[in-house]
Amino acid sequence: MFFTKDHEWIKVDGDVATVGITAYAAEQLGDVVFVEVPDLGKVLAVGDSLAVVESVKAASDVYTPVSGEVIEANGDLAASPETVNADPEGAGWFAKVKIADPSQLEGLMDRAAYDAFLASL
Amino acid sequence: MRYLPLSPTDRSAMLGVIGAATIDDLFVDVPHAARRDQPVDLPFHQGELEVERALSAMAGRNRTAGQGPFFCGAGAYRHHVPATVDHIIQRSEFLTSYTPYQPEIAQGTLQYLFEFQTQVAALTGMDVANASMYDGSTATAEAVMMAARVTRRGKAVLSGGLHPHYARTVETLAKVAGVEVQRLDGAIDGEAAVLDAIDAGTACVVVQTPNLFGTVTDVTAIAAAAQAKGALLIVVVTEIVSLGLLKSPGEMGADIVVAEGQSIGNALNFGGPYVGLFAAREKYVRQMPGRLCGETVDADGRRGFVLTLSTREQHIRRDKATSNICTNSGLCALAFTIHMSLLGEVGLRKLAAINHAKARDLRDGLMTVPGVEILTERFFNEIAIRVPTDAAALVETLAGQGILAGVPVSRLSPKGGMDDVLLLCATETTTSSDIAALVAAFKGAF
Repeated sequence: MFFTKDHEWIKVDGDVATVGITAYAAEQLGDVVFVEVPDLGKVLAVGDSLAVVESVKAASDVYTPVSGEVIEANGDLAASPETVNADPEGAGWFAKVKIADPSQLEGLMDRAAYDAFLASL
Repeated sequence: MRYLPLSPTDRSAMLGVIGAATIDDLFVDVPHAARRDQPVDLPFHQGELEVERALSAMAGRNRTAGQGPFFCGAGAYRHHVPATVDHIIQRSEFLTSYTPYQPEIAQGTLQYLFEFQTQVAALTGMDVANASMYDGSTATAEAVMMAARVTRRGKAVLSGGLHPHYARTVETLAKVAGVEVQRLDGAIDGEAAVLDAIDAGTACVVVQTPNLFGTVTDVTAIAAAAQAKGALLIVVVTEIVSLGLLKSPGEMGADIVVAEGQSIGNALNFGGPYVGLFAAREKYVRQMPGRLCGETVDADGRRGFVLTLSTREQHIRRDKATSNICTNSGLCALAFTIHMSLLGEVGLRKLAAINHAKARDLRDGLMTVPGVEILTERFFNEIAIRVPTDAAALVETLAGQGILAGVPVSRLSPKGGMDDVLLLCATETTTSSDIAALVAAFKGAF
């Protein structure tokens, strides 16, 4: 699992990346009330907005750590947005992207580096 | 209260602080063509008595709606607002309040906004209403923007019965938002024509009922046909009292309903301030513009009110917000709520019935005038007629006789080719002697 400075996590399986937000981000947001997941087939460049997560007090963009095409979106979040708070790094995933450029994974943090990053905040 | 103007010393001191030599230095970016080279022609100073006399003389040259027979409508309607409304809104707790920015502290304000929203939803037959927009025209424009977001399509079709000022407002905002607007030609009874213009890129069709010409349309079939092609139906109502008699747009299948609320609780006000009503189906609530007041319970289980779904709004979502509006038409909405509470459902139905009866009397009277053709078949309280002369000139002639005979279509739509069409409305304030005077004046005019 890899992490970004914007508190997204990315799980890689072959050429498919699953993206979500970290437990830290979910806690900072507060109770998630709505998630806007991307349309299937949408082609994104690294850094584009992949999804929008809304709590009672804020609406935040979730950026894609890799370029690629959206091949799956988590439909369960429409009925149960609270899953993002309950299991942010598992069942609370937002979308799966077909990785266009694997070299983009090289700049991402691993768990240890991310934890160190959190400690510095 | 004293007016304390700046002295030349104050001015130089301020200029010194900001580093400008003269005040003109601050206006260098204003093109010369847009500048005045002479000061405004007003006396240097006058006492209160002299000012009162001068301004009263100026005001005396106006003719107010209540001074004589008055038949002007076309988006702004003269109704009787009971003195109670003014008395209540003039209370300092209400008069000084505005749209709340720390909303939960203003529970009284939120409570009346919640009542207002409830009334608007009930009137329009929709699931959810917001705490109001500026007026009917901007509410219409916001509805078009919302439909574009909901459908992710970029075109809007406006019927030939939509008020031209509303259409122009939609065009102004649509241009900035990148929505392509198609305006159909003016038509007395053609709301359904919008269906022929729908294609795969159409986000919404906008129809008005009663429309500019007073025509009432059952939009049920229009709703079904538009939605079958993936477009939303936006229904516009400029005379809100009509909903006391007509089937609500919600019952007929509208996706979004926008209206001008002025007729209830608010005077003509020279065209504003007014109050825009905005209501939609619940499934679209996250795409609605404007403030939304919600009912909830506090930590002790007591009922309370909040502004909710704030993440739609610009102070949170910024450039991706559903609108740039961060306010509502608070005092006018309050006046609407008070007047509506005084009327109640029974009173509103009676009021609407009286309006329609007066309009029928007006129509019957006009039918006795040779040369007048009644153009509107199905109406609530407004009709369009064709006269055997230029309608604008006719209105001027009758104004000279103390009768305000209606709104010539040419005033709203100069290129419309309807120079001989006049819009007249009757409300509960219209008397049979008003109608008799109008009829006599028409007979004398041609």
